[in-house]
Amino acid sequence: MNSVFVICEIEEGKVADVSLELLTKGRQLANQLKTKLEAVVIGKDLKGIENQIFPYGTDVVYKAEDKRLEHYLTLPYTSIITDLFKETKPEIALLGATSQGRDLGPRVSSKLKSGLTADCTSLEIGPHEDKKAGKTYEQLLYQIRPAFGGNIIATIINPEHRPQMATVREGVMKKEIVDTAYKGEVKNIDVSKSLKDEDFVISIVERHMEKRKVNLTGSQVIIAGGYGMGSPENFNLLYDLAEVLGGEVAASRAAVDAGFADHARQVGQTGVTVRPKVYIACGISGQIQHRAGMENSSMIIAVNTDENAPINQIADYVINGDVAEIIPRMIKAYKKNTK
Amino acid sequence: MSGLKIIVLAKQVPDTRNVGKDAMKADGTVNRGALPAIFNPEDLNALEQALRIKDRVAGSTVTVLTMGPGRAAEVIREGLYRGADNGYLLTDRAFAGSDTLATSYAISKAIEKTGPYDIIVAGRQAIDGDTAQVGPQVAEKLSLPQITYTEEVLEISKKKIKIRRRLERGVEEVSGKLPCVITVNASAPECRPRHAKQTMKFKYAKTVTELQAANEDYITVFENKPYLQIEELSVKDVGADAELLGLSGSPTKVKGIENVVLEAKESRKVENTDAGIEEMIKELIENHTIG
Repeated sequence: MNSVFVICEIEEGKVADVSLELLTKGRQLANQLKTKLEAVVIGKDLKGIENQIFPYGTDVVYKAEDKRLEHYLTLPYTSIITDLFKETKPEIALLGATSQGRDLGPRVSSKLKSGLTADCTSLEIGPHEDKKAGKTYEQLLYQIRPAFGGNIIATIINPEHRPQMATVREGVMKKEIVDTAYKGEVKNIDVSKSLKDEDFVISIVERHMEKRKVNLTGSQVIIAGGYGMGSPENFNLLYDLAEVLGGEVAASRAAVDAGFADHARQVGQTGVTVRPKVYIACGISGQIQHRAGMENSSMIIAVNTDENAPINQIADYVINGDVAEIIPRMIKAYKKNTK
Repeated sequence: MSGLKIIVLAKQVPDTRNVGKDAMKADGTVNRGALPAIFNPEDLNALEQALRIKDRVAGSTVTVLTMGPGRAAEVIREGLYRGADNGYLLTDRAFAGSDTLATSYAISKAIEKTGPYDIIVAGRQAIDGDTAQVGPQVAEKLSLPQITYTEEVLEISKKKIKIRRRLERGVEEVSGKLPCVITVNASAPECRPRHAKQTMKFKYAKTVTELQAANEDYITVFENKPYLQIEELSVKDVGADAELLGLSGSPTKVKGIENVVLEAKESRKVENTDAGIEEMIKELIENHTIG
């Protein structure tokens, strides 16, 4: 069987967390398929980058280095990856569901005429029987994701085309080093063979990247607000509680769409996936789309006026009532008991 | 200078964002038929960008292209009411079951069919699938460069474009050549409302199928007011290879669908009183959840 490939992304000179998470998952899949885990990394200065990748059990790191490749550009990255995949014919290829991965993935899959499943929440290996065609497949990649606004969970397969491609959001998979001394091989890609001048028709004029301000994935206490918060002013209550408890504020998609919070704070299928010690969901109804991003929290507290809100069914504690009353009560109770 | 020919890719989607109680069946699954069909939100952002380009470059036209069943003509009418010039409905049973790759193929064939263009503007993603794949895949099929996550078109002329795009943790300004495909983010300006005059003008814009269904004499209607015709395009019309469409043209297959049924967990009700909440907070501190 051919390899499992991870297209790694670089963030501030380091391999992005989402890529390390995918390497961890990729190693497990490769073990099941009894094949190699390979990675590709593209950039301007990649000296020693493989040392961040090998410990996750990576057997081969392909490096494509060129001074024009400092920042992600759709066309040159697509050319390099598609050429590499034509040569190595991976069984599976995984990318982060980041701005970069969601721009690159469809382009590559269209060029290779392979399939791509976006924003998977789970990846498994399993069999498939196509009764119509009378064919059976032993080991396909089950690409599992919520669809239809999160009201269904679909298992997508890609029986005939390779690579089986999927994107996964940051925080969905766990990151785990296999062996700090794991040794793989480095292969340098001759980019001049893949890159053409017309790959550079789009150029970056200016770039303003902010450092990660909101660290939802690293936070043990998350206070999240939904559309039910009603106003940006009410949303400020969440910051008060977060400050007292030493947590971070998150939001549902509806709250982000309503302008209550920035997209960086969005938890859910199209946002960040978190697993804190406690998740306090305020004014969040709890559609599965949102739950996909938080249901692995160790404890869930639901604060809601709606007694029948779906979130209540996965909550450990349910408080029915007005958030504007409840949050100050929580703050008061916490201060009183922690002096 | 002659204007730009702008194509907007729009999709009619079920409104999955606020699935109300009446849309839930007794078994906890969603009754899809009960969800209203709407203009995909980010495609409205895309339409607005297209209309702004039209406002800026004299002589430009905006064409709305949608793929879907007959009722998706509604999306085109909505586009016309807000300032588009014409539209095409790409509709054929052979499209059923298409994944993003087959869909992109169909759309790219339709775009080639409808003649020369300068820029294709699409929403970043549709709320029923959230894949964000069709824009980039259409670009690839047409061998065009793509600029995703557009927030504002900063400069545009017949040859060049400069765009500010929104990434996860920042913004980027990029410049490139036309023709190209741009996809527009929800953080871009909202779409303008319907324009009264346009709404009057296009109130009776229909497809032939719609007029036939209403037993109207479409030949006379369209002879007198040709702008009222929303043209329908079939697989044959756009010269697509049926093998590359629908299930046969889709590398990805749906193996299984599981309806999401909420599983109840044993939860404790906390009284919304000082005492009730304090008791809960004490427990959380004691078991080191917070503290």
